[in-house]
Amino acid sequence: MIDTRLLKNEERAIFTLRALYNKYGYLPFKMSKFEEYDIYVRNKDFLVSDSVITFNDTNGKLLALKPDVTLSIIKNTTDKAGCKDKVYYNENVYRVSPKTHQFKEIMQTGLECIGDIDEYDVFEAVYLASKSLDTVSPDFVLDISHMGIISAILDEACDSLCFKKEALRLIAERNIHETEALCREFGIDEESKNAICSFVNMYGTVDAVLPELDKLCVSERAKKELGDLRSLCALISKTEYKNNIHIDFSVLNDMSYYNGIVFKGFLKGIPEGVLSGGRYDKLIERMGRKSGAIGFALYLDLLEELNTEKRLYDVDTLIIYDDTVGADKIADTVAELTKNGLRVSCQKAIPEKLRYKEKVNLCKEGR
Amino acid sequence: MINVALPKGRLGEKVYDMFERAGYECPSIKENTRKLIFENKEKGIRYFWVKPSDVSIYVERGSADIGVAGKDILLEYAPDVYELLDLNMGKCRMAVAGKNEFYDDGSRTLKVATKFVNIAKKHYASKCRDIDIIKLNGSIEIAPILGLSDVIVDIVETGKTLMENNLSVMETIVPISARLISNKSSFKFKTEEIEKIVKCMKDQVRTDD
Repeated sequence: MIDTRLLKNEERAIFTLRALYNKYGYLPFKMSKFEEYDIYVRNKDFLVSDSVITFNDTNGKLLALKPDVTLSIIKNTTDKAGCKDKVYYNENVYRVSPKTHQFKEIMQTGLECIGDIDEYDVFEAVYLASKSLDTVSPDFVLDISHMGIISAILDEACDSLCFKKEALRLIAERNIHETEALCREFGIDEESKNAICSFVNMYGTVDAVLPELDKLCVSERAKKELGDLRSLCALISKTEYKNNIHIDFSVLNDMSYYNGIVFKGFLKGIPEGVLSGGRYDKLIERMGRKSGAIGFALYLDLLEELNTEKRLYDVDTLIIYDDTVGADKIADTVAELTKNGLRVSCQKAIPEKLRYKEKVNLCKEGR
Repeated sequence: MINVALPKGRLGEKVYDMFERAGYECPSIKENTRKLIFENKEKGIRYFWVKPSDVSIYVERGSADIGVAGKDILLEYAPDVYELLDLNMGKCRMAVAGKNEFYDDGSRTLKVATKFVNIAKKHYASKCRDIDIIKLNGSIEIAPILGLSDVIVDIVETGKTLMENNLSVMETIVPISARLISNKSSFKFKTEEIEKIVKCMKDQVRTDD
């Protein structure tokens, strides 16, 4: 029997999420720690960080310590009409931390659904992302955005790639003052400028934001993309997470890989996003395949930042004994105490840093 | 409670005055004490002074929900934060400066002394110019005078220091001013409070204009 009180947040999450993903038909996917370096060179911009730890295999082939799991999973799936490969994983990846600029081992768990993706699959991924966050803490927010809508609005405003790249960066920063300046610099008309700035400011629950989006998505293309988001929102509204899921266009990913829905999850008490995901049909296309795909990853290493109950003691009972005390007596005492759920430590002298609630002295001269 | 990281110094004091005018006063901050943290429970706000270049670190790491940092710091360290408002104060510019008689004919590697290594690298990379970066921590203006570098990349406010040292601005890289930034996660869980502060501060920026 596992004493769940002893589990760390990330350990508890691994156990619970494994059961959750299994319940929804996702199968475990175990992969090697190494991958051929070539795959990362070809899809460099898809990676969160540019740097990859590389080394030569015994046959001289250049290998890398995995900086990402999605690319490896895609390689192991096939296109088949009407079918989907649904897998979940729990793996370590090796990336450069943007904060420390040093390599870091990051424990990730997540899922990927690759194949003939439809509206339900997108909803299922978003729902399971919400459920994954809820498993860790009910105080969570899942922000969703839609690359297709943003892309349509920006394309209609200006042809320049440079404008689009800068505008995306500023929307991600919620930087309205510089977005206005950028629009002025590129001579964007007033109506388009106001629309783009509205995206920078937009934030709220699905019910609050959808009517606003209605007013902004006027072209056929934008309306079609909004229809995609609207269908997802209708399904979200029926779930227990409708108040946790917000629309936020500052959640953006690389447009050359992602299309459609993208999302990011936050937990109260952790200063950065702990979950990231989205639809990446374009990546699959770049790899010469025809499938659609959606997935997400939960960064387990960040969960240790969540407030956990601080233990006042390392053990409940410290048992002190000396050479005059028989091992049977020590064993009996330990058996008695642990049977009652106490944590014990047997020592001949009191360790300097051990914090204990009570002390039991088995030595002959005193108790 | 909203935690606000303010930059120590003259700019920070002006920024606090702006918060005060916007309705987020905390009178104890003006008392002459050695305290570092000041709180107004009624207004739900807590201020603390930190080194200007550290503001973005406090905000990015979530110790502060919001803060005020110079655009120079945001460009140099690119913290993962929201940039919610241009406060239109502490205005200056990031510029390339050199000796009055210096002429860059582009025929050799340009030696650039700066505190802002990333900004300088990015600026010259955009021009495909080969440079030799010399990272300095202060008194940057002395570098071209002593021949340590050809030019400097630094903040220029009035240009008076440059002028007195026979240096002049050769190129403006980007205008700089103080920005109100927010931690991304805090924004999700304290949306209403933070948006209210942004609105009140925006009104102040308009009034000051």
